[in-house]
Parts: sequence; C-alpha cells; structure tokens
Amino acid sequence: MADTFLDSTELVLNMGPQHPSTHGVLRVILKLDGERVLGTECVIGYLHRGVEKIAENRTWQMFAPYVDRMDYVAAVSNGLGYCLAVEKLLGVEAPPRAQAVRVILTELNRIASHLLWLGTHALDIGAITPLFYCMREREYVLNIYEKYCGARLTTHAFRIGGLQYETYEGFEKECLEFCDLFEKKIDEYEELLTGNRIWQQRLTGVGILTAEDCKEYGVTGPMLRAAGVKWDIRKAQPYSGYEKYDFEIPVRENGDTYDRYIVRMQEMRQSVRIVRQAVADIPAGPILAKVGKVIKPPVGEAYVSIEAPKGELGYYVVSDGSTQPYRVRIRPPSFVNLQALDKMCRGALVADVVAIIGTTDIVLGEVDR
Amino acid sequence: MSSAEISALPTPAAIQEWDPGAVSAASLERGDLVLWTTPERLLDLCRFLKEKRQFTRLVAVTCIDRYPVEPRFEVVYLLHSIPNNERLRVKAAVSSAEAVLPSVCGVWTGANWYEREVYDMFGVRFDGHPDLRRILMPDYWQGHPLRKDFPVHGHKYSYKDE
Repeated sequence: MADTFLDSTELVLNMGPQHPSTHGVLRVILKLDGERVLGTECVIGYLHRGVEKIAENRTWQMFAPYVDRMDYVAAVSNGLGYCLAVEKLLGVEAPPRAQAVRVILTELNRIASHLLWLGTHALDIGAITPLFYCMREREYVLNIYEKYCGARLTTHAFRIGGLQYETYEGFEKECLEFCDLFEKKIDEYEELLTGNRIWQQRLTGVGILTAEDCKEYGVTGPMLRAAGVKWDIRKAQPYSGYEKYDFEIPVRENGDTYDRYIVRMQEMRQSVRIVRQAVADIPAGPILAKVGKVIKPPVGEAYVSIEAPKGELGYYVVSDGSTQPYRVRIRPPSFVNLQALDKMCRGALVADVVAIIGTTDIVLGEVDR
Repeated sequence: MSSAEISALPTPAAIQEWDPGAVSAASLERGDLVLWTTPERLLDLCRFLKEKRQFTRLVAVTCIDRYPVEPRFEVVYLLHSIPNNERLRVKAAVSSAEAVLPSVCGVWTGANWYEREVYDMFGVRFDGHPDLRRILMPDYWQGHPLRKDFPVHGHKYSYKDE
C-alpha cells in the first residue's frame, strides 16, 4: 500500500525563545505527531542574572530592590516576602500601621498581576478586547503606586521593619474609589469571557492537572486551588495580619484551564474585599520598627513563604552574623509551576500549548532569576 | 535527637519510633524544625516522611556552601504537608571530594528541576537523577556560580575577556 505516502513521522518543533505567547524568553521544544503533542521540553535561563549570587555581595538592605526585578509584575509581593524573611531573622515585627498598608498594597498588586495575566491570556487565545480593558484598570493601581513610592513597576515599596513612606493624602480615598470601580469592571470581563462559547470551548478540559499531580510537582497558587485543594498561605499560615480579614478561598474541582480562569477571577473579587476591610481600619502609629541603620541579623536561618499572585513565594535566608546575607534562596512559584508544563501538554493540540502556557501565568524574570 | 522540646513534636516522635538512627541531629531554627540526616539514610527518611507523615509536597531543594569548612555542602530539602499544615527542613551534608547525594526524584517527581539547579549552581551530583544537566546556565559553562570560591565577575567568560 501507499505506506510511504501517508507515513507520518514525529516532528520536533521549536517554540520560542522569541515568541509572543511564551510571555518572555521561554523556549519550548515540542515533539509532535501531526497536531498532537507527544512531549515537551522547556529550555530556561535566558534571563538568568544570578540574583542569589548578587545577594551574597550586597548588604541586607541593598538586596531588597533586586527582588522587585524577579517577578516584575508583582514586585510588591516579592518585596514583602523578602522583608518578612529578614524580619524573622532579626526577630522584629512591622508595626500594625505598616502591616495594614502592606496588605493593601499587596492585594492591589495581586489584582494588577491577575489583570496582566487575564489580558495576555485572552490575547493568546484570540480575544483582543480584554487586554485593553485590563490595562486600563491596571493603570489605576500603578498610579496609586506611583503616588505612594514614585515607581510604577519595580516599586521597592517596603523596608525591612515596615515602610519607608507614610501614605499620601487621599490614599484611602483612591483605594476605595478603585474598589468601587473595579468590582463593576470584573463583571464586565466576565460578561465578555465567562459565558462566551468560544472561550469555554478553548479552555474546558485543556491542560488538566489533578490535585495529585499538583502535589507531586509542588505546584501552588491558583493552579493548586483550581484542582480542588483548598490551600492558601494567607489562611493556613497567616502573615502580616491576614488573619484579621474576612475573605474566602475560591476553589474549583476539575483543574483545567477554565477552572484556573474562574479561580483567578474570583480571587480578584476577594482581593477587593480585603482592600476594603484594610482601608477601613488602618491603625495610627509608627510605620517602621526599630531595626537600626546597620542590619546584622544573628547567626541562623529562616524560611518565610507568602501567597504571591502566582503561588507560594518563599525566601530561605541564611545569616552568618555579618551585614551581608550568607545565602538567599528564592523559591519562585513560576519556576515550580512551569515544571508541570510537560504533564499538562501531553496529548494536547499545538494551539492548546499556547493556552496552557498562558494559564500557568509565568514570569520569566522569576523563573530564571 | 536532642532536647525534650523537639522530641515532643509529632514528626520527631514518629521518626524516633520508626528508626532513631535515621536522623543524626534535630534543632529548632527560629521556630522551624530542622532535621539532619546522612546521605546514606536520606532516601529512607524522605520516603518515610512522604508516606507516613504526609509530606506530599517538596517545596524546594537548595544548598548552602560552607567553604572552606568540610563537609562543605549542606543540601536542604524543604518539605510541607498540606493536611497537617506542617513545615520541615531536612539537611544532609556532603564534602567537596564526594559531592554526591541520592536523587529524591523517585519520591517527589517535582525534585527534578530543583536538583538540576543545585547541580548547576553548586556542582553537587544526584545519583539516580533521570536527566542531570545544567538548567539556568548555558551548557558550555564551566564552574558552578553559587560556590563561594567562584568569583562574582566569573573567571572564564567575564565581560573583560570578550
């Protein structure tokens, strides 16, 4: 028979590192049988800057701005994790006022990060409009940051021991205005996407990651919760006063791309809830604990993890008693979540790979460090 | 195992009952439990922790270089148990002459990239790892950047040489 004519062989296709849907410089080598993906391999490290090596050659304070450059769409969360880790080493706690402002800024940051994810994820799949809407609302958050600390992206908003700046005049009002405005906007996004048949068909059943797989790979954040595991560090091991606020952890069961979309949308609503509560009750008082000009943590080590927009962001810091860190290990959520990409892509179509990379919500600055 | 405070905790107590020799030392670092083990007992201990103590999630694997003290490398395994909401660090020390540990990829699939990173950055090899290659640095790179004796500006491929 005409075996040779219709004979199909495996095709190895290179995707990236310069590819718009890989959200940075990620290279994925795909092994294909027609349109089906047989396996993938990620090549990372294009954005490796040796952040952990830099840390060993800076003082504790000098390293703080570097962490903002890892996950540059959620710089505030990165800064919070680092400050909390050093504070644990020092044995100090930020004053209540600083904690409340930290919560407000990190939750706004979660919204900003999820908005960027939503816009680009929808764009990858073919819906262009949400990108402009998301960028429009993200602008409000960035403006609040700009007024607060002068920077929009790599904010360096916090200091070890609390805050550097007092909030500006009208900070509370602007945060509340944003909350009022944003709740209506989420409805608008959902109207565009949630019930949209094309959107549902592109996402439902794509890139399934079960709860077992998530634990096996160490996947955290919205991806873990979409698989039905109700685990959020803000509830399980509260930090920075999260135990005071009333909010829910959105959970879904299927662990596919659609469920991850729903979980992130609901998380934004919960973030608005937290911001409202925190703004309503910012205690008066100092914004910086007594840490001294020279930070010399006692010999020892500490591990602190926070719920960053993408999952568990951990800092493992080791001090030898000097002014410089002996070792800083950053546990980035994106790096770990990206490892499960191969598992999610097997058996999917090439077009779904784009959707799966989008739903993983990676930032390559954080993957490569 | 040492003090009474630590042996009262559920995980050290369970290990004591299972095999007291698996852990060579235990301490509390800023309130977090740290267990020391030997490279020979590492795999047994990890399996026990995963299967009997529900440490189903490997948070990270990392390494600390204590140069010039020997044994030089402290490989740290950060574990977490979702049902018990419990965190734990397991440490094993290896000297620069050997620098080999058994791979825990068979216990947690997710260990793959972490161990590749430790190999890339510190040169500690993992026996039984399915695919031990560099992950962040380019394949042609020489040396292991996070070692304390690796100069900050690199030695071979520094900007000066280009």
